[in-house]
Amino acid sequence: MVYVIQTALELGFMYALVALALFLSYRILDIADLTTDGSFVLGAAVSVTIAAAGHPFLAVFAALAAGACAGYVTAFLQTRLGVPSILAGIVTNTGLYTVNLMVMGWSSNVSLLKQDTLFTIVRDAGIGGDFHKLILAAAITVLMSLLLVWFLSTRLGLSIRATGDNKDIVRASSINPVFTISVGLCVANAMTALSGAVVGQYQKSADINSGTGIVVIGLACLIIGETVFGRRSVVRNVVAAVAGSIGYRFLYAMILKTSVVPIECLKLVTAIVVALAIASPALKEWGSFQKRKFGSVQKGGR
Amino acid sequence: MLRLEHIKKTFNPGTVNEKRAVWDLSLHLKPGDFATIIGSNGAGKSTMLNAISGSFYVDEGAIYLDGKNITFVEEYKRSRVIGRLFQDPLRGTAPHMTMEENLALAYLRASEGSNPFSRISKKDKAFFREQLSLLDMGLEDRMKQPVGLLSGGQRQALTLLMATMVPPKLLLLDEHTAALDPGTAKKVLGLTARMIEKHQTTCLMVTHNMHQALELGNRTLMMDSGKIILDVEGEERAHMTVSDLLNKFQSNSKRALDNDRILLSME
Repeated sequence: MVYVIQTALELGFMYALVALALFLSYRILDIADLTTDGSFVLGAAVSVTIAAAGHPFLAVFAALAAGACAGYVTAFLQTRLGVPSILAGIVTNTGLYTVNLMVMGWSSNVSLLKQDTLFTIVRDAGIGGDFHKLILAAAITVLMSLLLVWFLSTRLGLSIRATGDNKDIVRASSINPVFTISVGLCVANAMTALSGAVVGQYQKSADINSGTGIVVIGLACLIIGETVFGRRSVVRNVVAAVAGSIGYRFLYAMILKTSVVPIECLKLVTAIVVALAIASPALKEWGSFQKRKFGSVQKGGR
Repeated sequence: MLRLEHIKKTFNPGTVNEKRAVWDLSLHLKPGDFATIIGSNGAGKSTMLNAISGSFYVDEGAIYLDGKNITFVEEYKRSRVIGRLFQDPLRGTAPHMTMEENLALAYLRASEGSNPFSRISKKDKAFFREQLSLLDMGLEDRMKQPVGLLSGGQRQALTLLMATMVPPKLLLLDEHTAALDPGTAKKVLGLTARMIEKHQTTCLMVTHNMHQALELGNRTLMMDSGKIILDVEGEERAHMTVSDLLNKFQSNSKRALDNDRILLSME
């Protein structure tokens, strides 16, 4: 049982970076960034390939840079070339499939055998004992969360937040919205790639299909967190994203243990939950309208 | 100060919806000029302001600000020196950000080239607070609240502050009090006049109120069919009445004024 909880926490912290990235792109910039699936795999591929060459630290920074590049391509497509934002993400994502294969030396997966990873380095340094993986995963995510909160309170961060809120005022403050969207998407995809990079080293492998559906799972985490913690301030939102991700992994572990839902159906269930959660304002409105309509019929209106 | 030279703008050229919004329009504002603009429906008032602020580039002609040719300068760069208020109070502020954060954004204009990673300092906060108290709406005690909670009038007053906190070279007001209730409109208009007076800002203000058009500022422009058909200031303006204005419109445009809002506001 302790093992299950520990694993859920580890995965929760690592995948929380994706939820944080989606908080930035989906909630703050108001862009559904479908590059996410591809940049997660990109991060894993870059990280594992470079770690296999013996540079686990460099691997993480290279993954961050690669993710930022992927984000920039999506941003460039939508801000300069007029590609609709969802399509821009899909186009980049499709292209990334080939790029990811190339990074992994044209094979669909790469593994680390005896090479050092961030996790083995922490273990060998004698930090945390049995909990070394959890400590590292938590440390990375907490650090990134703090950086994100700080970033969003700087002048640049404020202008990124305003871009998703009211573009007119960004232009009126003599900031180019093209610039703020680009920076935002670069940062978001760098974080997604970081998640892939850490997960890759954690699992000691990268797989071309490991990113499928990551964007929906990330949104599910975000929504779970927001339901519990609300969306009132940036700090709360960030806490919600991390907590939501951990919550999702606990649910996942429980489902796995108890088989309430067959594990093959999990993606379908996740998709339904996300669709319902995002649709809830529209559903509520429909419901209250039906109630009113029904009520007026009852009163003998017509 | 501001010079428009024969600017032309046609919307949807070559289609059935072709519209010559501004046609061969020229205008020269001296530093400190405060000109009010009135005109019929679709006369090109907003189009002229949009051309100046850079929402689009003009088809022909040139725009100079302070002797610099800004005809092809991007909108976001022009906004460093041009402040603007719209009729819709929702357009000028970011609803999900706090008042303090909105003010900090507007303040960015002043800090050209400063570190993008700098944050709102204690000194900035004190400055914002002081500026907000000038509005006399009690907003200075609500700096941490999201702007979406404010009323339309409060939001417009805040937008005015954001546009003038760092005094712009040119202020464009596009019927910025038209969507407010009469009491609030009066208050915001009073604030506007005070801000312009204080900084001696050059200003263009579109209005549908004929009395305002003659009372405020030092110059009145009348537009029709994309052109300026009347431009009065000084002695001539001082003796003008609303009916003089209406007569002038008829004789200059060869038809009666058809702006429904102007006619409605004449009680």
